[in-house]
Amino acid sequence: MFKWIHRFGSPPVVYRLCSLFSPWLGVAAAACLLAGLWLGLVVAPPDYEQGESYRIIYVHVPAAWMSMFVYVSMAVSSAVFLIWRLKVADVAAAAMAPIGAAFTAVALLTGSLWGKPMWGTWWVWDARLTSELLLLFLYLGYMALRGALADPAGASTSAGARSAAILAVVGIVNIPIIHYSVEWWNTLHQPSTITRMDKPAMHISMLRPLLLMAAGAQLLFFYNLTVRLRSGLLQREARARWVRDLADKHAT
Amino acid sequence: MSDEAPGLASGFLRVLRRDLSIGCRSIGQWLNPLLFFVIVVSLFPLGVGPSPERLAAIAPGVLWVSALLAMLLSLDSLFEQDRADGVLDQFVLGRLPLSLIVLAKVLAHWTLSGLPLLVLSPLLAIMLGLPATALGTLVLALMSSTLILSLLGAIGAALTVGLNRSGVLLSLLILPMTVPVLIFGTGAVSASAEGYSAHAALLLLASMLMFALSLAPLAASAALRAGASAPDQS
Repeated sequence: MFKWIHRFGSPPVVYRLCSLFSPWLGVAAAACLLAGLWLGLVVAPPDYEQGESYRIIYVHVPAAWMSMFVYVSMAVSSAVFLIWRLKVADVAAAAMAPIGAAFTAVALLTGSLWGKPMWGTWWVWDARLTSELLLLFLYLGYMALRGALADPAGASTSAGARSAAILAVVGIVNIPIIHYSVEWWNTLHQPSTITRMDKPAMHISMLRPLLLMAAGAQLLFFYNLTVRLRSGLLQREARARWVRDLADKHAT
Repeated sequence: MSDEAPGLASGFLRVLRRDLSIGCRSIGQWLNPLLFFVIVVSLFPLGVGPSPERLAAIAPGVLWVSALLAMLLSLDSLFEQDRADGVLDQFVLGRLPLSLIVLAKVLAHWTLSGLPLLVLSPLLAIMLGLPATALGTLVLALMSSTLILSLLGAIGAALTVGLNRSGVLLSLLILPMTVPVLIFGTGAVSASAEGYSAHAALLLLASMLMFALSLAPLAASAALRAGASAPDQS
């Protein structure tokens, strides 16, 4: 098991795997997203209550799901790094943070765009929006710590890597507490006057594009991860033999 | 340190006493956050207007946010002095568990910067028009809140020790995590000001305090070790 982990976790192997999968993931993500957008924006019928503006969920909901998923992946990756000292896991966590922050920002933006026609304002201190905003702060804090602990060339140091990993693990312990206290606060201060997005059994013609978009967002994440992981590994391992061999091969 | 390893309790007390006496010697360390707290709280009536109803409504939030900020002010120096004179390395290498030392330092920090806030908070609460019946809840809730903040802040201070301008980064890392404390602390005070029972919120705060008390020193000491393992990067 350990042998397998270390073999699989060695930077050149991961680099090669990423190079192998990256184009396929990109194509699959584009296909899913294009099909999902077409089905969602053109084929699916308008909602009888919300009209056309409900269609923003095809971007909003997958982005919100991914914002959580990426943070959990980042924390798991950080824990793996802390426990087994796998360098690749740290590079992966570093690569995930900006992707997750981007998904979170998209979820917030689309949520506020959706709120304008539905609630009449751009921003409501709704439990989900507030949690999402706090999640964005956690991502930004993580990236700020990484940035502050990096060496002048921008590459991470070993102390920076471990500190960032600890922060990610502390964050994942705190996220449920933050989430449920925000829910509690919300029910305390705002009795449900707002139409929520709780969807009573969606029709299949509306659900299908949503699932396609969710799959597309997931694939997009993995595609971005492979791209960022490759460049992260090259940067981190710039002095290693395999990188030099690779550079020589490209030069000739 | 002597050859003989001190017992856990006596080591804990020694670190606590050391930090307290160092802290007491510099008046600024405990007086400045207190002054900051008082000044920030007194800026709010100037900002939102002196209407008593409005002030009473926002009083818990004002007190909590100001207390959080005042505590954060002194947090970035929690390990800084020890790092600068090399004691921190001795702590990391020494035989006492690092998490125990962190806990002692956190308690000393709280005694010097949290406790004064606690003592002064009823006065400021009355100035903001909070009903006197809520003062007991206020002190209890603020006590758990500031303790939790000291514990959480220790993680942040350990992660950022040795960095330039670590104070701002520390606030970035820690403030989002203080949201539950803010919610339940102000929730407890608001509830008891309106005549409801504050038990639920107080118990939740207490459970969060127990949770932080048991895990935060471990996380902070792991962070200190992570920073100590690398060559100096400041």
